[in-house]
Amino acid sequence: MGFFDKLKQGLSKTRNNFTDRIENLLKFTKRVDEETLEELEEVLISADVGINVTQKLMDSLRERVKTSRIRSSEDLKTALKDEIKGLFPQKKMSLQPPSVLLVVGVNGVGKTTSIGKLAHIFKNQGYKVIMAAGDTFRAAAAEQLEIWGQRSGVDVIRHQEGSDPASVLFDAIQAGKSRRTDIIICDTAGRLHTKKNLMEELRKLYRVCQKEYPDAQLLSLMVLDATTGQNALAQARIFKDAVDISGIVLTKLDGTAKGGIAIAIAQELNLPVWFIGVGEGIDDLQEFNSDEFVDAIL
Amino acid sequence: MAFEALTQKLNDIFKMLKGKGKLTEADVKQAMREVKLALLEADVNFKVVKELIQRISERAVGQEVMESLTPGQQVIKIVNDELVRLMGSKEAKLNFSPGGITVIMLVGLQGSGKTTTAGKLGKLLSKSGKKPLLVAADIYRPAAIKQLQVIGEKLDIPVFTMGQQDPVNIAMASVEYANRHNNDVIIIDTAGRLHIDEELMDELSRIKQAVNPSEILLVVDSMTGQDAVNVAEEFNKRLALTGLILTKLDGDTRGGAALSVKAVTGCPIKFVGMGEKLENLEPFYPERMASRILGMGDVLTLIEKASQTFDLKKAQELEQKLKTQSFDLNDFLEQLSQVKKIGSLDQILSMIPGFSQQKLKGLELNEKELVHVEAIINSMTPEERKNPSIINGSRRKRIAAGSGTSIQDVNRLLKQYEQTRKMIKQMTDMEKSRKRGKQRFPFFGF
Ligand SMILES: Nc1nc2c(ncn2[C@@H]2O[C@H](COP(=O)(O)OP(=O)(O)OP(=O)(O)O)[C@@H](O)[C@H]2O)c(=O)[nH]1
Ligand SMILES: Nc1nc2c(ncn2[C@@H]2O[C@H](COP(=O)(O)OP(=O)(O)OP(=O)(O)O)[C@@H](O)[C@H]2O)c(=O)[nH]1
Ligand SMILES: [Mg+2]
Ligand SMILES: [Mg+2]
Repeated sequence: MGFFDKLKQGLSKTRNNFTDRIENLLKFTKRVDEETLEELEEVLISADVGINVTQKLMDSLRERVKTSRIRSSEDLKTALKDEIKGLFPQKKMSLQPPSVLLVVGVNGVGKTTSIGKLAHIFKNQGYKVIMAAGDTFRAAAAEQLEIWGQRSGVDVIRHQEGSDPASVLFDAIQAGKSRRTDIIICDTAGRLHTKKNLMEELRKLYRVCQKEYPDAQLLSLMVLDATTGQNALAQARIFKDAVDISGIVLTKLDGTAKGGIAIAIAQELNLPVWFIGVGEGIDDLQEFNSDEFVDAIL
Repeated sequence: MAFEALTQKLNDIFKMLKGKGKLTEADVKQAMREVKLALLEADVNFKVVKELIQRISERAVGQEVMESLTPGQQVIKIVNDELVRLMGSKEAKLNFSPGGITVIMLVGLQGSGKTTTAGKLGKLLSKSGKKPLLVAADIYRPAAIKQLQVIGEKLDIPVFTMGQQDPVNIAMASVEYANRHNNDVIIIDTAGRLHIDEELMDELSRIKQAVNPSEILLVVDSMTGQDAVNVAEEFNKRLALTGLILTKLDGDTRGGAALSVKAVTGCPIKFVGMGEKLENLEPFYPERMASRILGMGDVLTLIEKASQTFDLKKAQELEQKLKTQSFDLNDFLEQLSQVKKIGSLDQILSMIPGFSQQKLKGLELNEKELVHVEAIINSMTPEERKNPSIINGSRRKRIAAGSGTSIQDVNRLLKQYEQTRKMIKQMTDMEKSRKRGKQRFPFFGF
């Protein structure tokens, strides 16, 4: 089942189905009027797109209504969709092994789970993968990653709880080099972007990669929970500043949240979404597709 | 959007209404647009916002503007009061079963903080003399049982596990276990689940039926956006929740979800999670949450945090100095290094209402600049440090040369010092008025 079907299925379970609402709306209002625009605005707000980007989108939509030949509500919707799609940067993830993926994000967003799923995907694509248990803080974080390792048959480099994550990463890099591994995926402890010392620790991990494995392609992935509201912008801004985020993994899209804040992040920080999480199973990670994503919102 | 921005906007709107008078419908309507945006920006659900705005408008129109406030401030006061009222006016307590074992069940979406909160509650309860038992009923997430075991070990609280068996059976068996081992409170950690997952939601109902909990607490991530209402509504419909716990409030989220979930469930918010450590569980204070949502800065929390972090003796000295108005540049330097321990300076300052964005601009100070500040202050004579007002043009030149900075740097530092002095005075004044229990809104002016 594709992402869109899965989303649709999820959506159909909720009472306030936005897609339906919009479709109903469109059935009755053939002509574009202010009310239609306001309804669309509400859909964006309720998808967590945020007031700033929503207002920007609505402004340019109003402009287009004036200047171009948008007559029906259907045209209007298409125009808005195009507008949103245009905000996502086209930078695709392109692996050039050897690669180190540093996976970061605030607490509980789905980092460890997404790493488990990614390792599985990469392994199936024929890459040699290892995982580094860089979360040495949270109770049983390494055990959690190990179970994911067993599921996909990928080795996990781990130390004891409470040890220095930088030394875990160091060991993983040495192991990666000597085993000629293609991809090292490093888990990190969840941390709020406002914690100075923890963000400093993350910078250190980034520097360890640069220093110990200068030949490797270093990518930082930020994991973002789709249920997150406007705070996600601050998260992205600060994580980007700390470890130069390359792309985003947007998780928990199998719920009723739309993850619209990813649009604001794309708009403000020019960060692409690379993957979406649509469940807790090993196969529930898919490549991001802006068409499907936008269709699920509008 | 900071509180200042909101107040400033409101004040601009009300500029016309210079003298005292009544708030007219037109005034209020315009003001409500700004309030609406502020609430949406804080992630309050848009439907909840609509209802709130309506209620607030009704209350505001026709009100006399109070002597001590500007109309903009008056509106904020009404908004603030309404938010506080909605979030519940008193701190909620846990319900205990009158006889026998109290069962507490934690439920919520994936990753919201249930397992950690189970540990935190266990710690709180055992401190208050209870004998809690943690129950591992999450049989799905990898290493969830182990996670709870590690937490129990850290706290020296027993953890009941039965592997991956049916959670309903686990819950029932744990009650028996508690009976045999004299545990008086059971805290059940359930697996994270989506509110639209029929099967797993049904599992929760069955656990509820089997063990009849005194508390069913929904654990909600305070960074949640608009979807919070759907989640809370569904969990409440299925389980008739008894309370809410908001987690991860130690970040900088505005936390509008608090308002949303309270509004749709009517359940009290009983605790808030303020960190990953097991002691980071605090009671919920509606006033603080209201100011936070409005972007007024969590001033009370800030003061408490500051008083915890600051060296107590130094803080007392500082207070004394403030009273006698002898806060000098030596103290300023000391102050800066203390403040650094709490967080970045502009982050802290942005939490303090009464500083408009413009004022904040001049105050932005990063760690690197702090080195400059130290150099500048070190280039001053002892008298200059004690009494900065004597630092005239030629002294400024000398200090700049001595510290390898520019006169502008010296000027900026002196300005920052002056503003910090005012800020600290404002904070202590507020503390005083809070202690006297007087209802005042010290930050509504600039
Ligand atoms: N429904 C759903 N649940 C998910 C998804 N991704 C992760 N989860 C669940 O979210 C919860 C948290 O996931 P983790 O992978 O432990 O999150 P984390 O970011 O590593 O958490 P910390 O390390 O504690 O910061 C788990 O219960 C996962 O099963 C997803 O795409 N959909
Ligand atoms: N900063 C902060 N982190 C918290 C707080 N409460 C929990 N966490 C973190 O959030 C992450 C998820 O917490 P868990 O307790 O595993 O969440 P859960 O709801 O049990 O997750 P699932 O069982 O996967 O649904 C962990 O990294 C916790 O350390 C809090 O109040 N503040
Ligand atoms: Mg993790
Ligand atoms: Mg858990």
